[in-house]
Amino acid sequence: MNAKNNHKINKVPARLDFIQSATGLILALFIWAHMFFESSILFGKESMYAMTVFFEGYYFLGERYPFLIAVLGFFIFAVFILHALVAIRKFPSNYRQYRIFRNHMKSFRHTDTSTWFIQIVTGFVMFFLGSVHLYIVMSQPGDIGPYASSDRMVSEWMWPLFLLLLIAVILHAGIGSYRLCLKWGWFEGKNAKKSRQILKKFQYGFIAFFMTLGLLSIATYMKIGFEHQGHVGERYHSVEHAGKQVQK
Amino acid sequence: MENKKARLLKISILKYDPHVKGDKPHIETFEIEEAPGMTLFIVLNDIREHYDASLKFDFVCRAGICGSCAMLINGRPGLACRTLTAKLDPEIMLAPLPFFELIGDLSIYTGRWMRGLNERLETWIHAQEEIDVHKLEERMEPELAEEIYELDRCVECGCCVAGCGTIQMRENFVGAVGMNKIARYQLDPRDKRSNKDYYELVGDEDGVFGCMTLLGCEDVCPKDLPLQSKIAYLRRKMVEIGK
Repeated sequence: MNAKNNHKINKVPARLDFIQSATGLILALFIWAHMFFESSILFGKESMYAMTVFFEGYYFLGERYPFLIAVLGFFIFAVFILHALVAIRKFPSNYRQYRIFRNHMKSFRHTDTSTWFIQIVTGFVMFFLGSVHLYIVMSQPGDIGPYASSDRMVSEWMWPLFLLLLIAVILHAGIGSYRLCLKWGWFEGKNAKKSRQILKKFQYGFIAFFMTLGLLSIATYMKIGFEHQGHVGERYHSVEHAGKQVQK
Repeated sequence: MENKKARLLKISILKYDPHVKGDKPHIETFEIEEAPGMTLFIVLNDIREHYDASLKFDFVCRAGICGSCAMLINGRPGLACRTLTAKLDPEIMLAPLPFFELIGDLSIYTGRWMRGLNERLETWIHAQEEIDVHKLEERMEPELAEEIYELDRCVECGCCVAGCGTIQMRENFVGAVGMNKIARYQLDPRDKRSNKDYYELVGDEDGVFGCMTLLGCEDVCPKDLPLQSKIAYLRRKMVEIGK
C-alpha cells in the first residue's frame, strides 16, 4: 500500500498547474475584450473617445479618473507576471532539450505539437513587448484617446511594437485557450475526438477574427496618427462631451 | 487490380546496431514491388528474406495485439503490422522508436522501461485484505467494467511515448501510458488506493502536471485509447488534492 498517512503531500505542483491555467484564462478573456474595446476606433473617433472615458469612470462618477486605467493595468500586469512565472517551467531549460524538441517536432509534423512551439516563441516575445505596453499604460494612463493613442503609434514610433505584440498575443491566446479546454476536458461531450475538431476550428477562427480586428485597428490608429503628425500632443475634443469634459 | 501496375515502393530504413563495433547510423534503401493488402510487416519480412538477412525488427502477433512492431513510419509512431503500404506514398522512411533502448535497426527494448514504469506507478490492484478465491467476486456495474476494460487494452507498444514531445525533453515524465494506467486503477473499486495515494505517484511535474497537452499520444495510439480525456480526468482529480 502506498498510503503514507503520516507523510504530508506536496500540494505545490497541483497549485502551480491550476495557477497557470487560471491566469492564462483570465489573460485570454481579457485580451479578447481588449481587442473589442480598442477596435472602437473603427467606428470613429467619437466611439473610441466614449470607450476611453467609460474606462476612466466618467459615466459612473461624472468625471474622468485615468488612474482607474492604471489600476486595471497594474492588475493585468500582476496576472501577466504570475502567468509568465509559472508557465516558464514548461520552457525547454537548456539547448539539449530545445534541440530534442525541435527535431521531434520536425520529424513528427503534428499540429498540436508544433503550435506548442509557437506558444514558447510568442510567450518569450511577450515578456518584453507586453511589459513595455503595460508599463506605458500604468505610467501614462491619461494618454489614451483617439489622438493620444494614434500619436503614440506614429509619432512615438510604437507601431512596430504593437504590430509584433498583436501577432504574438492573438496567437498565444488562441492556441492557449484551445489547449486549456483539452487540458481540463472542457466541452468534451460524449465524443472527445469530435469536440476537439470543433475546438480546433474555434482556435483558428478566434485567431483569424481577432488578428483581423487588431490589424484593422492598428491601421486606423496609424492613419489618424499620420494625419495628426503636425499636431502631436493635441487631444481629442469630443463633440458630444463638449463643455463637460475635463481637458487632458 | 490486374490492369493497374503495381507500385514500386522505396523503403528507406535507418540502420544501426550499437552492439556492433564501428557501426554507424546509416540509411539503406530497398525497392519492393507492392502487393495487394501489403502491410509493413510483409515488406520487412520480404526485405529480410530477399535483400538483407541482417535487418533487425520485432514482431510477434502480426495483428496489432502485442505491440512489438512499433516504429517511426515517416516520422510518425505506429505499428508496422497495422500499416497498409497502400495508405502511404511509395517512398517510405522507417526508423526505430526514439527514447527507448536500441537493440539494433528497428528493434527496440521497450520492456525494461515499461517494467520500470509499472513498478514506479505500482500498476496493480492494491486490495486491503487477502482475496478469498472461494468467495464470489464483488459485483461491478457493466458500464464501469467496460470503462476499465477499455483502458486495459493498452499494449505498451511505446507509440504514445515516442509521440510525446514532453517526455523527449524530460525523461522522467510518466507519459500517456503511465497516466492511462493510473486512471485505470483509479476507476477500479477493487483498488483501495485513495486519490491522495495516486497523487503521490503522479501529482507532480513528472506526472500529470508535467503534461503539456500536445496530444501526440492521443493521435498515434494504435489502440485508440481515450488518452486525451483520461489525462484530463486525472488532472481534474489530482488538482482537487491541491486545494
